Amino acid sequence: MAFNRKHLLGIKELNKDEIMTILDTAESFREISVREIKKVPTLRGKTIINLFYEPSTRTRSSFEIAAKRLSADIINFNSSTSSVAKGESLKDTILNLEAMRPDAIIIRHPASGTPYFLTTFCKSSVINAGDGTHEHPTQALLDALTIKQEKGDFSKLKVVIAGDILHSRVAKSNIFLLTKMGAKIVLSGPPPLVPVEFREFGVEIDYNFDNALKDADVIMMLRIQRERQGKNFFPSLREYRNLYSLTPERMEKAKKDAIIMHPGPINRGIELSADLADSSKSVILKQVENGIAVRMAILYLLLGGGGK
Amino acid sequence: MGEKIKAKIMDARKIKRALNRITMEILERNRDLNNVVIIGIRTRGVYLAQRIAEIIKEIEKIDIPVGILDITLYRDDFSALHPQPVVKKTEINFPVENRDVVLVDDVLFTGRTVRAAMDSLIDLGRPKTIQLAVLIDRGHRELPIRADYVGKFLPTSRREIVKVHLKEIDGQDEVLITEPSEIQ
Repeated sequence: MAFNRKHLLGIKELNKDEIMTILDTAESFREISVREIKKVPTLRGKTIINLFYEPSTRTRSSFEIAAKRLSADIINFNSSTSSVAKGESLKDTILNLEAMRPDAIIIRHPASGTPYFLTTFCKSSVINAGDGTHEHPTQALLDALTIKQEKGDFSKLKVVIAGDILHSRVAKSNIFLLTKMGAKIVLSGPPPLVPVEFREFGVEIDYNFDNALKDADVIMMLRIQRERQGKNFFPSLREYRNLYSLTPERMEKAKKDAIIMHPGPINRGIELSADLADSSKSVILKQVENGIAVRMAILYLLLGGGGK
Repeated sequence: MGEKIKAKIMDARKIKRALNRITMEILERNRDLNNVVIIGIRTRGVYLAQRIAEIIKEIEKIDIPVGILDITLYRDDFSALHPQPVVKKTEINFPVENRDVVLVDDVLFTGRTVRAAMDSLIDLGRPKTIQLAVLIDRGHRELPIRADYVGKFLPTSRREIVKVHLKEIDGQDEVLITEPSEIQ
């Protein structure tokens, strides 16, 4: 068990051992959140900046709660209420925040590669909370923790990821992670949103959603990211729903004990029927709960030791 | 860098006797056994805690709750450690509020582990008392901490290393004093 990194930029550069270290550490942290006093003194005196250039409910508050449960001080920085609105560049903003001597910067940004860019001139640890259509590593890690709790061994699993794969950083991080752990992945969705080039990541593609679902253990539904789509990728929402919405009837094709996952936010009735979202097969809220433990583990592993 | 064994201080029989005596002292001091819980500090304190609970069960026919405490998150030497230590689970499935808690560890040395354990415990509730049981007290305290129950006082030099081996994880029961061999 070892984790020697300063930054968390993506899943792609992590190896299997590092992923297991994060998941095992997260598993140990879960217990803290069910205590009466949900706080340990581990990161006392560390300062963390939460820098979000895109809207977020789960990730931002989850990082904030994780930092607070470890006794770190966390500052929320929202691009719309800051000097960004006055025309300050990203680099200037970061340099100014760096001058306040934070230990870590958590960043979400619409441009892919922004977290890496920060590491070229930042002294603090940089944590990617989602960059453009590139990666969202903590989401994939919390998904993996949830799958591990529900299913155990990754290598025997068939995981279906369906929807807007092209624009999804969650899908990419999950593909990197689950292929490393030996799971079989099948992607499904409208062809313009699931380009054949994804096969290079070692996954299968089946544009027929009903076929894809056969004997699936885990079904991960994604939201149609209309804010990232400059043009129309499919004829109509109604057609999309007919072909790619996960409904109770379609769910019959999967294994009896299959679980439904969704990174949120859900568009109920579009990619996922409301009945299924609230059913016992859905582990969506467990994902959110595990998000705290995973982010505590990441903060601990990046900021916990000395002398990096 | 190797290390050489200087002396074997205890064998399985002596460890068993020490634990028997510690258990008798715990029973003597705590009139209301129903209020007692035993919490072992990871790693070897856990097995000693379980053994003490078993001896109590033999003698008094009562099941004492046993918990596991991982003190990693409460250490005071974080910034000196690299890489960061592995965090394991704390497993205390009962309230400690108003209970008589017997903390168990293998070796009492600087007292810093016990300090961390007490802080951690108090975050889980307000125990009525916290008592400390250790198999070995080797001296060299850096904090005002003492044990209530001691298996063996063992005067040592700071250079020496006291190793407690327990059959649950080390294959056999023994206490050794070792010393790092000279580096040439």
